[in-house]
Amino acid sequence: MKVAVVRFPGSNCDADALRAAASAGHQAEYVWHRSRDLGGADVVILPGGFSYGDYLRAGAIARFSPVMKAVAGHARAGRPTLGVCNGFQILCEAHLLPGQLVRNESLSFVCKPVTVEVESTSTPFTAGYEGGQKLVMPVAHGEGRYVADEATLDRLEREGRVVFRYAGCNPNGSLRDIAGIASEEGNVVGMMPHPERAVADLLGSEDGRALFDFAADLKH
Amino acid sequence: MPRSGLLDPQGTAIEHALTALDFGGVRKVRVGKTIDITVDAASEQEARAQVQAMCDRLMANPVTEDYAIDSVEAA
Repeated sequence: MKVAVVRFPGSNCDADALRAAASAGHQAEYVWHRSRDLGGADVVILPGGFSYGDYLRAGAIARFSPVMKAVAGHARAGRPTLGVCNGFQILCEAHLLPGQLVRNESLSFVCKPVTVEVESTSTPFTAGYEGGQKLVMPVAHGEGRYVADEATLDRLEREGRVVFRYAGCNPNGSLRDIAGIASEEGNVVGMMPHPERAVADLLGSEDGRALFDFAADLKH
Repeated sequence: MPRSGLLDPQGTAIEHALTALDFGGVRKVRVGKTIDITVDAASEQEARAQVQAMCDRLMANPVTEDYAIDSVEAA
């Protein structure tokens, strides 16, 4: 599949994301945030980092980058869109996912492997996992505490849109231990843990690899 | 400002520090931000409307933040 990894000024997980997608056999290319199209990509990844220095709020300025119109079009057309860490923050700011990521409850930047449980396999990124499967992936963020109003949280739960939940240790105080969520259609997924940093034993875990298979099943 | 009712860890940390410094009677601390904007506008009303649109579009995220326009003055 053709994969676009969007680079914003301040992205720093772009190379890892590109490599993870390429290692899974995809044709992966960078797309600069000033670009107005995605080069015909089948899958879009918004990687982690600190776009625009996290000024104002994490993701708040990146969401107005020229490329975001194309990203929104891609997402709204039901095509696979993954936001990791800062990418998740951007998707929330762009209203492609509900809620927001705010400062960790501890006020500390947290950088360590965490365990998450896969709760939804109905997304193009998690179809390769089993429901209830536990994955170890690193988190690295200062603003990863997922918040939304109660009605939104209830709706996410009811519709099976909580994709990943922290198991055991909640590193940031996220409401309901939420580590990743999906859009209504399931094609847009945002997550705080870094699957692209968990694609080889050498990195401590390869639990993130299956995310980059992008479900041959592209009904989503 | 963070929405009331929403956990504000920065405010809580400052509240604890103030108590540790023996400032008595600190009931609650909330941390927000102040943004100073200079705009060209024909009237105070127009300036206020512009800034309000900016707040709605970019400066505040209604999921977690409330905002207020403090004062509009001719520069």
